[in-house]
Amino acid sequence: MSTRIVILGAGTGGTLAANRLRKLFPEREVAITVVDQDDRHVYQPGLLFVPFGMTQTADIVRPRHRQLHDGVAFRQSAIERVDIGSRQVHLVDGAALDYDVLVVATGAVLVPEETEGLTGPGWMDKVFTFYTPEGAAALGAALATFDGGRIVVDIVDMPIKCPVAPLEFCFLADWYFAQRGIRDRVELVYATPLDAAFTKPVAAGHLGGMLADKHVELVTEFNAGEVDGAAGRITSYDGRQLDFDLAVVVPVHGGAPYVGRSPGLGDELHFVPTDEHTLQSKAAPEIFVIGDAANVPASKAGSVTHFEGETLIGNVRRFLAGEPLEARFDGHANCFIETGFNKALLIDFNYDTEPLPGHFPASLGLPLLKESRLNHLGKRAFQWFYWHNLLAGREIPGIGSAMPTAGKNAAAGGGRE
Amino acid sequence: MSILTIATTDVELDGEGFFAHPEQWTEAMVPELARREGIDPLTDAHWTVIRFMRSEYLAKGTGPTVRVLGKTSGVSVKELYQLFPKGPAKVAARIAGIPKPRGCI
Repeated sequence: MSTRIVILGAGTGGTLAANRLRKLFPEREVAITVVDQDDRHVYQPGLLFVPFGMTQTADIVRPRHRQLHDGVAFRQSAIERVDIGSRQVHLVDGAALDYDVLVVATGAVLVPEETEGLTGPGWMDKVFTFYTPEGAAALGAALATFDGGRIVVDIVDMPIKCPVAPLEFCFLADWYFAQRGIRDRVELVYATPLDAAFTKPVAAGHLGGMLADKHVELVTEFNAGEVDGAAGRITSYDGRQLDFDLAVVVPVHGGAPYVGRSPGLGDELHFVPTDEHTLQSKAAPEIFVIGDAANVPASKAGSVTHFEGETLIGNVRRFLAGEPLEARFDGHANCFIETGFNKALLIDFNYDTEPLPGHFPASLGLPLLKESRLNHLGKRAFQWFYWHNLLAGREIPGIGSAMPTAGKNAAAGGGRE
Repeated sequence: MSILTIATTDVELDGEGFFAHPEQWTEAMVPELARREGIDPLTDAHWTVIRFMRSEYLAKGTGPTVRVLGKTSGVSVKELYQLFPKGPAKVAARIAGIPKPRGCI
């Protein structure tokens, strides 16, 4: 009987894992089934551009099943639960799938209901999120008719997908209103539960300085407890208030709900406890995790998921062959940060090394932690690579999974240029 | 790093006031640590949270974030802020003698 690999989720991680595993194993030896509740694959980095009219939601959504290679079965159903003991996935449609190896790739979901008032009066009217296609489109319509007032961008709590995206939103909003000639009539506020603009000190210094340069007010250690859309006010748990005419909120995130219905699989937030170097779950040896679904201390970002692919695929193969796993994943993340005015900066980091200035991937590459037009073009061109190379499981030329150190200026420390 | 003498013992704190060596902590230090954080009187509810932080750290290697505390400690996030107005996860972690919770990083 052939080996059965079941992959839960057909987003970035599930799709690239399925396609890479299909290339690795002959079909007569290994059957691969991918499960997802819908057939809409969203290129999530594109969501940032929707509110500013730089792209349309239709341009960043494609059918999930079309991204999977021949020989990969696609099963469209919501997941009821995983039974770890009997190695079965129970689907909401009543079917049960047996597995020898399970890959959890169901990412993170938004839980706006967890914040008092967030989905109450004003939601999708003056309180928005750009983390869903619908929210990003609705926000775009609201921005197009916004002709002055106070916009508060608020991260309710960490962890969130793409932690730089809310900062990019501020930078792009500054540019967008400048283009429209009304920047002086718009007040921009960035509120975060962190004690600085970003999680990592050197980059936080650069990015915090950029917020100041662009006249975006930074409010730190702000833990939103209640959103009152009708009154236009966000109140923190410690009693501070932020008034707004329009709010852009990043709701709290959790793992997929079925994780919470699967005894022994997830943590309190429904993320799956996972070895940060081997990507094997702590729930059972035959369960592996890729992407945002894992609780590893890396950014929840597509680049991390992409770089995890090599370790995950290698360790699934080793597990099936009875070989010891390799602890190879280093937490590598690589993020373009749009800064407006057709520029972007690039950061590159891992578990142990925070984002540093220099060049990527080596001394003649893209500038790191420094605004450039080339980085902006790189970010905008990336969607093509995503659909054609990354999901297909091909490497991007010149970019390896492990974080490069050539070209980085470790001695530069936190100084801004 | 700094050294704090508490309950007649010298303990080492990191730059943000968290215990550098959690094993140096004893329950006898809690009243004085709490007073240093401006918490007076120290109630049973404070103790519940402090003991919970400590046991979670010992079991998992990191203290819980406020959101996780609210889901698992039996004390709601609102009440947690009433008990520790300056930030439940950080303040309770300092009093419980554990490192800065990872989710705060």
